[in-house]
Amino acid sequence: MLEVCGINKTFGGLKAVTDANLSVSEGKIVSLIGPNGAGKTTLFAVISGFLKSDSGSVIFNGTDITGKPPHWICQQGLVRTFQVVQPFASLTVRENIAVGAHTRIAGRKQALARAADVAKLVDMDGMLEQSAGDLTIAGRKRLELARALATEPKLLLLDEVMAGLNATEIHELLPVIRGIRDSGVTIFLIEHVMQAVMSLSDYTYVLNQGVMIAEGEPKNVTRSPEVIEAYLGHGAAARIAKMAGGNA
Amino acid sequence: MNERTRLFGWILLLVTLAVVPLFLHSARWIDFLEMTLFVAVLGQGWNILAGYGGQYSFGHALFFGTGAYIQALLQVKFGLSPWVAMWFAVSGGALVGAFVGYLSFRYGLRGSYFALITLAFAEAFLVLSRSLKSITEGGQGVQLPLNQDPEQAIATFQFNFAGPFLSEYGFYYTIFIILLLAYGLTAWMERSRFGAQLVAVRENEDAAKALGINAFKVKMGAICLSAGITATCGVYYVQKFLFIEPGIAFGPGKSVEALFAPIIGGLGTVLGPLLGSLFIHGVGEMTKATIGQALGGRPGVDLILFGIILILVLAFLPRGLVGLLEAIWKRLTGGRNA
Amino acid sequence: MEFLGITLPSYGWPTIAGSAISGVFLGSIYALVALGLTLIYGVLHIINFAHGALLMLAMYAVYFLWSTFGIDPYLAMLIVVPGGFFFGYGLQRFVIGKASHGRDEIILLVTLGVSIVIENAALFFFSATERSVRVPYDLDGIDLGVTWAVYPELAALGGSFLITLALWVFMSRTDTGKAIRAVAKERQGAQLMGINVEHIFAVTFGIGVACVAAAASLLVPTYAVHPQIGSLFVLIAFTVVVLGGMGSFVGALVGGFLIGITEQLGRLYLGESLGVITISVIFILVLLFRPTGLFGAKS
Repeated sequence: MLEVCGINKTFGGLKAVTDANLSVSEGKIVSLIGPNGAGKTTLFAVISGFLKSDSGSVIFNGTDITGKPPHWICQQGLVRTFQVVQPFASLTVRENIAVGAHTRIAGRKQALARAADVAKLVDMDGMLEQSAGDLTIAGRKRLELARALATEPKLLLLDEVMAGLNATEIHELLPVIRGIRDSGVTIFLIEHVMQAVMSLSDYTYVLNQGVMIAEGEPKNVTRSPEVIEAYLGHGAAARIAKMAGGNA
Repeated sequence: MNERTRLFGWILLLVTLAVVPLFLHSARWIDFLEMTLFVAVLGQGWNILAGYGGQYSFGHALFFGTGAYIQALLQVKFGLSPWVAMWFAVSGGALVGAFVGYLSFRYGLRGSYFALITLAFAEAFLVLSRSLKSITEGGQGVQLPLNQDPEQAIATFQFNFAGPFLSEYGFYYTIFIILLLAYGLTAWMERSRFGAQLVAVRENEDAAKALGINAFKVKMGAICLSAGITATCGVYYVQKFLFIEPGIAFGPGKSVEALFAPIIGGLGTVLGPLLGSLFIHGVGEMTKATIGQALGGRPGVDLILFGIILILVLAFLPRGLVGLLEAIWKRLTGGRNA
Repeated sequence: MEFLGITLPSYGWPTIAGSAISGVFLGSIYALVALGLTLIYGVLHIINFAHGALLMLAMYAVYFLWSTFGIDPYLAMLIVVPGGFFFGYGLQRFVIGKASHGRDEIILLVTLGVSIVIENAALFFFSATERSVRVPYDLDGIDLGVTWAVYPELAALGGSFLITLALWVFMSRTDTGKAIRAVAKERQGAQLMGINVEHIFAVTFGIGVACVAAAASLLVPTYAVHPQIGSLFVLIAFTVVVLGGMGSFVGALVGGFLIGITEQLGRLYLGESLGVITISVIFILVLLFRPTGLFGAKS
């Protein structure tokens, strides 16, 4: 569904992403992990059209979307969320989601009705009339997700949707994301919360200092010594191995 | 406040505005109401771009002046009917809006930079209208020939000699109809996909783009609509005063007048500019009649007060008088209809 | 000579050189007004629309010190510069800072409100009458061959260099200057270091207004004072600041000269009234194509 080939991106001589290749197949949850500053968000920004890459191509559903503007890419069915949530603060939850719904729906009434339906998917149907500016971090993360879903994407790019949430909130969000996948939306996510990566993803890519260093099933990837060395560090290795074992 | 209460309030307000002048036989008071509605429309033009779209223009006189000059020049130089000229004037204003918008938004000017570039364009047009004497008559301005034939009143869009009713109320109801159109358009916009997308761009442009909104296109739509409404004010001005000159058309006065009412009344609301205009003109008249008189009728008192009110509203009423009214209404109804 | 299909008048070199030199003098005045503005922008990242109104107010102060107490306009600097500092400090700390909730667009509107209040207060109290200072030396000067320069023009030129130098020394050598630069660069970091950001903002604004007060002293011998004099300068000052790079003192100085020379040559070739359009055109072009200016850092 998504093919990323040989993406290079530099910022003023600094290499952010070097020759990145990856593919996401339909109906899966694929994750992208790596230490801070590895270039994950940059790669997301390139895929979703917010940044222009120096070279390489992004193919989505057989269409070349390299260098196309973000709104056009979204209309093709590829939507991203932001790591730092960006709610339309002075609007209500319902109005926020309706903005997403308007991508496919022209009528205001219909978009607002659709917003209420989408809110149910992320368990926000109780806070429709609340102002987005008043939401908690967990609420804003869900809103970000709901807004993206309302655009009726085929592929959803989630940038650290778990960051800043406590264990309970993460636990509540996991089935929501699985539910989205089961409804037919392919998911590609950046995540730091390993619990989420391990339990959600079918396939994982590891980016370190802009270079893709490993890929595979999450439990295999996290066992790979290269990844442990580069990314997780010695101390964490045992803990992760234990966790992966527990999940398997 | 629910939809029905809101609609009822609107109908009450508009009916009042429609009948009140019929009970006023003082030309001074009708003039006062005319100017209040004129500024309410001017303010709505600015409000569409700044209040809904978050693009703060400091040079809206550019669109007012363009509309006014096209309306005047097409009649004087080409003998066009005012009813034909006005279409050129309004679309000319919108076109200038599209031009400025295209340059600014294409090159990503936001916030203060957008304010500065609109100011610079207004200044450039001010200089041009003063200098290109062969087209604009230069600093002395353009004077429309006065029609004294009552039969031609409608055809010339001049009501000075148009018989008892029209000469008294003609321009009041003209601006009232313009107000209905402009406010109707704004209300429609607020309830449309375009309006929702415009507000989304104001709140967060990147998030809006990620959600499939073509921010450039939406902002272009807003500036054209805004400029068109503002140019309509120029048309009205020329027909009422039969005169336009560079300072009135493109000077900073109209740019400032356009932003007072919506900010004080409530940015990004349909009612805001009208409420703001009623408020500042009411307060202005009162000050001129009391303090101004007591101090010898010197100019400046009302604007000093407007400036202070502007700062106070920005400091304490981020949602303007509309926000204040809603809060009071909520208090009165115990939050039932909130 | 032809330019864009318009036949331009042709002049001899002495005329052109004379125009350019008078452009330098005019430019030094623009630079003087722009220096305070660029300082305020560089640190607070705000566009101070009240700058012209504050200039006008300071010019009135200089005028009344002369007309009431017979104080020479240049000597008046000793009073209006500190006065300007305290006025600016108070204005930022108690009005602009408080009313703007830290949002750029609101700051813009608040400073616009301030300028409307000041301009109309001046109109109300002082009327629209033009007032000029008469000093014994205002018509004396030196012959530069192609043009004549009066002493007040030379003083303004020297003053623009001195104030640029003073600002540069202040910003790079004093503790307050360093604190201001720290705040400009990293607002939150500076706060964590124990710098009182609100105080520094107000100090910066105060210094900006003090600069404009010094400019007022240097302007009064050649410019008549009236309530609209500030708005004459405000767009030009913005042009200079944007052209030079917001926050750059040397940029303001060079930008001032460039604008002054361009305007004078514009007047020479395009005529008195159309000539000033060169300023708006430069402004628009710089905003579109190089909003960081000639000396500004790429953001």
